[in-house]
Amino acid sequence: MGELRAYAALAGGKWRSMLSYRASFAAELLSNVGATVLDVVTVFVLFRATAQIGGFTLAEAILMTGLTAFGFVLADMTVGNIDDLKRYVRTGQLDTMLTRPLPVLPQLVFTDLPLRKLLRLGFGATIYGIALAVNDVDWTVARVLLAAVVPVGAALFFGAIFVLTASFAFWWVESGEIGNGFTYGGRDFTSYPITVYSNWFRDLFAYTLGFGFVAYQPALALLGRTDPLGLPAWAGYVSPLVALPAVAIATAVWRTGIRHYRSTGS
Amino acid sequence: MWSGFRRYATYRQATIAGSFTNIVFGFLRCYVLLAVAAGAVGNRPGGYDVEQLATYVWVGQGLLAVTGIWGWTELADRIRTGDIASDLLRPVPPVVSYLAADLGRALHGTLTRFLGPVLVGLLFFPLASPHRWQTFPLFVLSVGLAVLGSFGCRFLVNATAYWLQDARGPQMLWTLGSGVLAGLYFPLRLLPEWLTVTLWVATPLPGLLQTPLDVLVERDSPALQAGLVALQAIWAVLLLWLASVVQRRAERKLVVQGG
Repeated sequence: MGELRAYAALAGGKWRSMLSYRASFAAELLSNVGATVLDVVTVFVLFRATAQIGGFTLAEAILMTGLTAFGFVLADMTVGNIDDLKRYVRTGQLDTMLTRPLPVLPQLVFTDLPLRKLLRLGFGATIYGIALAVNDVDWTVARVLLAAVVPVGAALFFGAIFVLTASFAFWWVESGEIGNGFTYGGRDFTSYPITVYSNWFRDLFAYTLGFGFVAYQPALALLGRTDPLGLPAWAGYVSPLVALPAVAIATAVWRTGIRHYRSTGS
Repeated sequence: MWSGFRRYATYRQATIAGSFTNIVFGFLRCYVLLAVAAGAVGNRPGGYDVEQLATYVWVGQGLLAVTGIWGWTELADRIRTGDIASDLLRPVPPVVSYLAADLGRALHGTLTRFLGPVLVGLLFFPLASPHRWQTFPLFVLSVGLAVLGSFGCRFLVNATAYWLQDARGPQMLWTLGSGVLAGLYFPLRLLPEWLTVTLWVATPLPGLLQTPLDVLVERDSPALQAGLVALQAIWAVLLLWLASVVQRRAERKLVVQGG
């Protein structure tokens, strides 16, 4: 109970500090939902020029985009702020967190609880819902279950990527924007059918890093389409499981990193 | 200006990290646009052929760090903390001193961050090479005007902190709007024509990225290209003038924070 109260105090402090700059908060709320709106608008703009991208129609592509948006925002809301870890490591502020009797990861999450991203989450979920409705999905029990589990799997996967890339800072303080290439880059990757990418680039992101199983393979299973790239139909149903090894690896790296941390000495 | 250059030159690792990310996004955007081209009428979406599209994406990724539309919060931070007071004591107006530092930053970006993405693009994709002699000087001029325009916009966004204290909101709106309306996510010519023309004339944003790239890939006739660059110049002058007006107004009402 005491721990919960401590987290509530951290979140409450953040809440009050945001409300003291109302105009800025409103603008933040707006631009946050705007970011996801733009991702979806971009897909519509691209489809103005062509009927199919990578062999998929607009409705099918929007299913992947919506799924990605929903899962990504869910992850971004909960652990996205961990991006700031490099600032905490560089300035030595992480020491303050280590001296408190609470685990560091939840502290980082609650000191900057991004309520401004709520609107965005709603938008992502809506796009996913609409995409499921406009595509002619042949609903079976397995597909209903899959449709419910996939956003959670995507969120866990993106969450793991956030933690992993932020952990770079324990070894390389100046890692700067490298993490963005995998978090936001990964999001852009899974927003489109992976058939648009080719060669080693697709192999690397889709299969080695696992991004192909976040939205593309589950979307194929939901749509009942065979994979033009040759994976069997059941691959889509088991693909949310890819989140499990990702979370395990991220947890292990995070723990090693925390133990490796030696402060700035100031 | 040199201090601006040296300051960015200190962070060599951040330079490498930034280039890496630009390159990843170059691959992502290039593949998607090429897939659009594969299905478009005559394989020319928005009037660009495949080579022009690839050039657009990769040179665009290189230019991002030159025009530097994102990530400058220094002025807003100094206003919030009250450090701005020491800038006002200097004999040089803040707009001029910040502009000089920004030109140094842009020069550093040109020498370090521009070439990486362009070379990677050249290695993996067919890029277009210019046919007209005037394209190259016009491109250099256009990039220079983009740097000035970008600085003007960012100064104005940061200056909202004089009135709001916390400029995070306007900054996020700027990051959001500038990326898409400068033509980073997709070439603006993919939009309906009336919208493209409106954006070009009514906002400075296409001048921050789209205009230099269109000049380089020779999307338009020479006369139209010169016209677009002239439009960029008008916007750059207007923005710098606005920045200095806003700064003077702010100085009159400024209450310095802190003790």
